[in-house]
Amino acid sequence: MSNASTLSDWTQPAAMAIPKEGYFTVEQGRYGPTYPRTPACHGFTIIAKIKPGTEAEIRAYGKRIEDTITASPHALAPLQLHYLRWVLFDIGPDKYFMYQGIFDTDFDKYTEDAIQLFKATGVDTVFEKLEGFPMDWKTNAPAFIKFVREHQCPSFLEYGEYPYVSATEIKKALALKQAFSSMLDHMQ
Amino acid sequence: MLELDDIQHFLLNRPRAQAARYGFVSFRRPEHGRAWLSGIIDRVGRAASGGPFDSRWVTVAFTWNGLRALGVDEASLATFPEEFRQGMASRAAILGDTGANHPDHWVGGLASPDLHAIVILFARDVAERERCVAEHRQYAAQFPGVEALSTLDLEATPPLDYAHDHFGYRDRMSQPEIEGMGIDPTPGSGAALKPGEFFLGYPDENGEIGPLPQPEILSRNGSFLAYRRMEEHVGAFRDFLRANGETPAEQELVAAKLMGRWRSGAPLVLAPQHDDPQLAADPQRNNNFDYAKMDPHGYAVPLGSHIRRMNPRDTTVNMNRRRIIRRGGTYGPPLPEGAAEDGIERGIAAFVGCASLIRQYEFAQNVWANDPRFHELGNERDPFVGTQDGTYDMTIPKRPIRKKITGLPAFTTVHGGAYFFLPGIRALRFLADGPCVVPRR
Repeated sequence: MSNASTLSDWTQPAAMAIPKEGYFTVEQGRYGPTYPRTPACHGFTIIAKIKPGTEAEIRAYGKRIEDTITASPHALAPLQLHYLRWVLFDIGPDKYFMYQGIFDTDFDKYTEDAIQLFKATGVDTVFEKLEGFPMDWKTNAPAFIKFVREHQCPSFLEYGEYPYVSATEIKKALALKQAFSSMLDHMQ
Repeated sequence: MLELDDIQHFLLNRPRAQAARYGFVSFRRPEHGRAWLSGIIDRVGRAASGGPFDSRWVTVAFTWNGLRALGVDEASLATFPEEFRQGMASRAAILGDTGANHPDHWVGGLASPDLHAIVILFARDVAERERCVAEHRQYAAQFPGVEALSTLDLEATPPLDYAHDHFGYRDRMSQPEIEGMGIDPTPGSGAALKPGEFFLGYPDENGEIGPLPQPEILSRNGSFLAYRRMEEHVGAFRDFLRANGETPAEQELVAAKLMGRWRSGAPLVLAPQHDDPQLAADPQRNNNFDYAKMDPHGYAVPLGSHIRRMNPRDTTVNMNRRRIIRRGGTYGPPLPEGAAEDGIERGIAAFVGCASLIRQYEFAQNVWANDPRFHELGNERDPFVGTQDGTYDMTIPKRPIRKKITGLPAFTTVHGGAYFFLPGIRALRFLADGPCVVPRR
């Protein structure tokens, strides 16, 4: 079947309630069932318990990522991200880490590329502070991917004010606006 | 350094073969399978032999079920990658093998768990193939527990001046070279790749040595092969060209846009308006192009064309982790130009060699060939190796207005496929010797 029907009108805000499994029908990807594109694009929410005593190190990596992006603003470009949110929170006496990413790339399809980027930007070192993370991840991508999938908490609702619009399209629109503004300024 | 005396020749040497036979084998009795294998190991080509060195070249590879049928123990079998254990037919949904391509319709016993091994014979010519086939038939008669499930004969499609498929597209234009082999990649082909991208037990492009299935003697110097038997619907293809081009020149351009190269092999990036057979035949020039700088919007090579999907070059990340080595040939009689479709099956029967089926082959098939949103296209698949059912499009960027072909027909149908492990020579001996206790790493 063609997927042309999923190309929607960006002027009509849209919400999508998602079954518990995270998908409507089982569509097999290379590493398991694939998650659907929603009005809020692709994304994942990974929640995992951190190893005791590693909170400060994990927080420090926030600054490291900031520095990486300052030095190399397009370091994460291949992921086609909209937003990343990293959160540390408590459940009882334990500390948990939440990694939430909103992006246009179908993570199920480009998983290995994402892992390569994680390595390049030091994100992987945060993962190493999570309980159950495979320590042979450098040579064992399937184990890394298994961990991510096991700790993925699918949304049961996603909403988009401008649904299905990619970051590339937004950037093109802003560039066009900028170009028009500049042109109009020059015509004054 | 590659152990060339242990690696099978298949992915490293390309014999000048005009004919081939693929034999698909089932081991009904393990001891017969091992004895049969034992007797042919010395005929299997080694990479160290160089080439051309003979008039026939033999390759042997096994499915996961085949390794079990030869007596490999369950603990060892469990160390092979999951996608190989499952086999190609079980990965149909991932590979896009649906509809007419579904394994339910596959021929030759390829979707069956009884498929255990493939023997690939490349021969200088048809006469030599027939001689070898007769010789092997006589040899195999000693082992009634080794059953031939099916065979497929291949012959190069004339004219024989260069390799091409039944559609007329020149083949073998872009193949990776491997570090340590002493062959300089042609301009535009990128640096030679680390051997670990294709052979187990060597550093890969990340500088890592990936996990080795156990025991190591079985996996070291081995590779994985993805086999595809794909019919080419030459009549439908020519009808399509006629429907989408008013003149022969226009039809030729449409054919070039689907592929990204003229049928001569000349790349559209370097020859966007007219074919250039001299360019096509010059390996110093015919692969020397990129996309990001030379054709970012696809005015020469459409974003969804075959070569731009299967090798996006500098418009993707980690390209060197996705490279594959292709081998194979054409089967079935050629359909003469101007002749009506005769209903006879013809196509290509090819192998993809790699170190990781899931990272290299399956990625290419699942994402590059079949992801409708590749390069933000929206509703397109690879025109040749993507799964087509008449609902996908093909966009040809063009100034001032792009050309959009809707409802692209299926030019190909997959009639079979399988995942094989291509062991080294020591591993073949290990398999032939049968079950024994080998210390695990």
